[in-house]
Amino acid sequence: MNAANPAVHPPSAAQLPVPGHGPLGPRGMAAVLVALFVLVVLVPVLNLAVPADSALHLSASTVALAGKIMCYMMVALAMNLIWGYTGILSLGHGLFFALGGYAMGMYLMRSIGREGVYQSDLPDFMVFLDWKELPWYWSFTEHFWYAALLAVLVPGVLALVFGFFAFRSRIKGVYFSIITQALTLAAMLLFFRNETGFGGNNGFTDFKRILGFSITAPETRATLFAISGAVLIAMLLFVRWLTGSKFGRILTAIRDAEPRVMFCGYQPLYYKLTVWTISAVMCGIAGALYVPQVGIINPGEMSPANSIEIAVWVALGGRATLLGPLFGAGIVNGAKSWFTQAFPDMWLFFLGALFIVATLWLPNGVVGLWQQLRSKWQANKEDAA
Amino acid sequence: MSELLARAASGDRESAPVGYARVLGEGVDTSHGPILYLDDITVSFDGFRALNKLTLTIDVGELRCIIGPNGAGKTTMMDVITGKTRPDSGTAFFGQTIDLTRLSEPEIATAGIGRKFQKPTVFEPLSVFENLELAMKTDKRARHSLRAKLNSEARDRIAEMLARINLFDSAARLAGELSHGQKQWLEIGMLLMQEPQLLLLDEPVAGMTDHETAKTAELFVSLAGSHSLVVVEHDMDFVERLGGKVTVLHEGSVLAEGPLAEVQQDERVIEVYLGR
Ligand SMILES: Nc1ncnc2c1ncn2[C@@H]1O[C@H](COP(=O)(O)OP(=O)(O)OP(=O)(O)O)[C@@H](O)[C@H]1O
Ligand SMILES: [Mg+2]
Repeated sequence: MNAANPAVHPPSAAQLPVPGHGPLGPRGMAAVLVALFVLVVLVPVLNLAVPADSALHLSASTVALAGKIMCYMMVALAMNLIWGYTGILSLGHGLFFALGGYAMGMYLMRSIGREGVYQSDLPDFMVFLDWKELPWYWSFTEHFWYAALLAVLVPGVLALVFGFFAFRSRIKGVYFSIITQALTLAAMLLFFRNETGFGGNNGFTDFKRILGFSITAPETRATLFAISGAVLIAMLLFVRWLTGSKFGRILTAIRDAEPRVMFCGYQPLYYKLTVWTISAVMCGIAGALYVPQVGIINPGEMSPANSIEIAVWVALGGRATLLGPLFGAGIVNGAKSWFTQAFPDMWLFFLGALFIVATLWLPNGVVGLWQQLRSKWQANKEDAA
Repeated sequence: MSELLARAASGDRESAPVGYARVLGEGVDTSHGPILYLDDITVSFDGFRALNKLTLTIDVGELRCIIGPNGAGKTTMMDVITGKTRPDSGTAFFGQTIDLTRLSEPEIATAGIGRKFQKPTVFEPLSVFENLELAMKTDKRARHSLRAKLNSEARDRIAEMLARINLFDSAARLAGELSHGQKQWLEIGMLLMQEPQLLLLDEPVAGMTDHETAKTAELFVSLAGSHSLVVVEHDMDFVERLGGKVTVLHEGSVLAEGPLAEVQQDERVIEVYLGR
């Protein structure tokens, strides 16, 4: 088109850059995907096919830990969408994660059948409360598909309604963060109550099976791990696509100059609401995958501290970078599992120190540090040449 | 050429011209009278009147300069026109039919009013090219942005604008890396990409070199006629170059109006600028 009539358009648009390509190009992205794919295949194989006395064997608990961390990575990706790219700090993302977990937990509780302590059709905690029948909101939860649907819809609809009122009232910055903290705290207090019908402070546990398979069988665990890996890869690709789209560029524009976005004719409300709801749904999916692998869900997941920790993962890994959240969630949770075994009392101090280090010296997280080191190294190489 | 035919034949939606969907009816009705009509506008902040019964009209195709001492209410007037600040009383119309006091900022922008801020405001983490891309007139709803792709026609328009604002070679640079004057130009370019009928420019040449200022004046003069412009400036040489009618604002209302030379002779104006 351009080459056909150069006289009409003296400056050739063909020389112009293609919008939406961050520092991680297609080759870097392919390398990341291959690494993740190998991990997702390798972990189950090392667990199932390698004999237990071999040095290469991975224990069931390692598989469970790795699966759990992958779910946290999904939450970190979701948090990065809303905080890193859009500049809205949610301190209530743990709530969406927990709601997805509770939805799946309801199905897992129903699948226990009569194998519970009281050998009743009702979950044990309801028998204990002397309830005679299931509350209405437990209807259909014996179906896996319905629970999976709830895990997406409940966080999604809650986020949509809450977000609509918050963003329409132009609630921003620290006010938004505080309100989301209050939201997750209120939900936690609600779920602590036995009368709410979600097992009170014990939550749901002692699951027996999922879709007919024993939940403790190594094959089931390996399958759940592989599914989590596949979902994580899908979410990573989704985030890359979204942030590379014009929509994604508008999110960044909203973060840095919202008035200019409005005077360009964009209504930020719908952009924020869309990404906020997507983010909540991603957390719900992560929660639904987390519960069968960890075997328990209780209101502690909704504690304000949990939601703050999610923000720490993203800050440490690197906000508004594609891979930062994966590193952040991986480093913090890897360290956490080691600390809680080796020095259980020190964990919170370590987490606090990590946060201080990240805010003071790593404004762009470990990914930013790596980029900085790499460009320095390249500059040195050019000097030497 | 063959490419063009192939595209036409395939009927590919992506390569169709950029959507010109508008939230409001097409364009502004200026068939009888001015493009902008402010009448008796009052804005108070905690009892302090930033605008005090301000009445002002801008004609179609006019280039109007607004001058006035600091705190006269120039920026506040633009806030009222663009929907950022709601007046306590008074009416603000865009053409005959569009009541600006009832529309949100994006609706006003879509209706055809573009605004340059006093402090240059561009999207710093995005490239110069992407800044223009986001500003370009098109369907700006979230749903559309998810699937939006730049076709070659849109890229050509961005290329033309880059050449016009002298930033073609900086297309891939981040807007945050530009000099102050270049940011001002980028913002003006973004404004023009919106294809507004009325442009509000708040101190557009602040921080520009003399050469850049002269080129900006040339640009504005060339825009007048096909666009209506309201320019707020402290730089009197620049105002003189633009050559349009001048309105002097003081304490939230119009003090004097007319050609620059005439206004500069006005005793009240001299007192406001030199007195106290
Ligand atoms: N949001 C606000 N809250 C309180 N006072 C305000 C607000 N915005 C403006 N003002 C006051 O209103 C008056 C007019 O301000 P405005 O910014 O419109 O002046 P201006 O003519 O643009 O001045 P300058 O030439 O310095 O840009 C000033 O005294 C200012 O302090
Ligand atoms: Mg001002």
